[in-house]
Formats: sequence, C-alpha cells, structure tokens
Amino acid sequence: MTSGKKRRRAVVDRAACVACGCCVKVCPLQAIEIVRGVAARVDPEKCVCCGKCARECPASVIAIREVTP
Amino acid sequence: MKSRWYDKLWIASLLYLLLGFFNILFAWLGLLCFFIPLLIAAVGGSKGYCNRYCGRGQLFSLLGGRFGLSRKKDIPGWMKSRAFRYGFLIFFLAMFALMLWNTYLVFAGVRELGQAVTLLWTFRLPWHWAYHGTLFHPGVAQFAFGFYSIMLTSTVLGLVTMVLFKPRSWCVYCPMGTMTQLICKAKAGKEP
Repeated sequence: MTSGKKRRRAVVDRAACVACGCCVKVCPLQAIEIVRGVAARVDPEKCVCCGKCARECPASVIAIREVTP
Repeated sequence: MKSRWYDKLWIASLLYLLLGFFNILFAWLGLLCFFIPLLIAAVGGSKGYCNRYCGRGQLFSLLGGRFGLSRKKDIPGWMKSRAFRYGFLIFFLAMFALMLWNTYLVFAGVRELGQAVTLLWTFRLPWHWAYHGTLFHPGVAQFAFGFYSIMLTSTVLGLVTMVLFKPRSWCVYCPMGTMTQLICKAKAGKEP
C-alpha cells in the first residue's frame, strides 16, 4: 500500500475521449496510450504531470488533478 | 522524439488537394483515407490510422501548432457531445450517399457530368480546368468531382475549427474518427 500523499496526475475523461492519439504524440515519457481504439489511458507511474497532453487534447478531456495514489 | 516516415504524411494530404486542382481524377486516391482507417479498425481493432497515419490531422497540427494559426481555445461542449458527433456522422454519410446517387445518374445517362466542386454542400465552384476528358465513362469523373467536394469541404471545416479552437479540433467530430471509434468500441465489447 502506498502512502496517502496526494500527487498531481493527468486524468482522462474516458467517456468523452475521441481516441485521436494527439496526447500520445506529445507525451515526453510515453506515459499515455490509446487502449483498443476506445480511449486514452495514463500510466500513473510514468506521468510527471507536465500538462502537455492536456494542452494538446483537441477535445480538452484531459485534466491535471490531484489523485491519491 | 524520433521522427518516422509516417510523420510526413501531411505532405500526401496537401499533395492530394493540389493534384485535384489540376486533374480531378486524382480524387479517387481519397478512397484510401476511407478504407484504410476502416480496415485498421475492423481487422486490428485500433484507431491506428488517427493515431499515426492521418495526414490531415498532421497538417492541422503543423498549421495550428508550429505556424501558430490557432487560438488554442477549448472546443465548445456541444461539439464534443455524442449527439453532435453521431449526428455529423449521419449527415456526412447521407451526403456521401447523395454523391453516390448523383454518380449513378451520370452512369445511367440520366444526368450530364457536372464539372464543378460543391463546397460546404451548397456552393458550386467551377472546376472545369481539372477535367481533360477520360478514357472511362463520365461517371468516373462525376464520382471524382463529388469525392473531391467532400474532401475539400471537410478540409475547410477542419481549418475553420483549427483557427477557432485547438489545431486538431477536426479530430473531435471527424466522421471517420467517430466511425472507427464505434467499430473499436464494438470490438472491445463496450456499449457504443
């Protein structure tokens, strides 16, 4: 079990994601992928919360949020 | 990030529009942009076309991103709603069917070849300079004019939303993107 310390991460609204893959192209750490052509998924271990994906997302469905690991 | 050959497909997209200006029969090549995404989705179960190979998306990315021709504002909520995306897909398919019907009429000899490109399903632009006769039936050229109209219209819509919102705003309501995502959802066993 990890500590309850809150960390900031990119979070995808999967229901509204169009799976275009713009976020994948800009992620400097390959921390985001399109899963089975349905929606993007962020690897919370790799994400350093740079916000590039959120800025790039044409539907603006990626937010930088505090999450409890 | 390492540059790959498919990162240059925006050149093909641009070339397509240019070639159609000189000889409309090149418009037939646009069918690749219809069948490749559908094949990748239906066989591979992914949106690999959007994610990697879409030259139009790359073109918008380049113009809106590197050339700064975009306000980079959020797209309005209604434009990313399912109602709008699915509605636009249905409208687009209906217009596609109408184009096929017009092509059929020329093949059947009921209607003469219209040497024009229809922009935004409304404005008929003269385009006769791009037609030099064909070895095939005039219906072959009619399909080319119709298909090029669709490609030019969607490029113009994409450019407008690129300027108003984010560079690749077109991807949000692109009918091919919506269609391939629906196929992928069905394949992944989720409700569409």
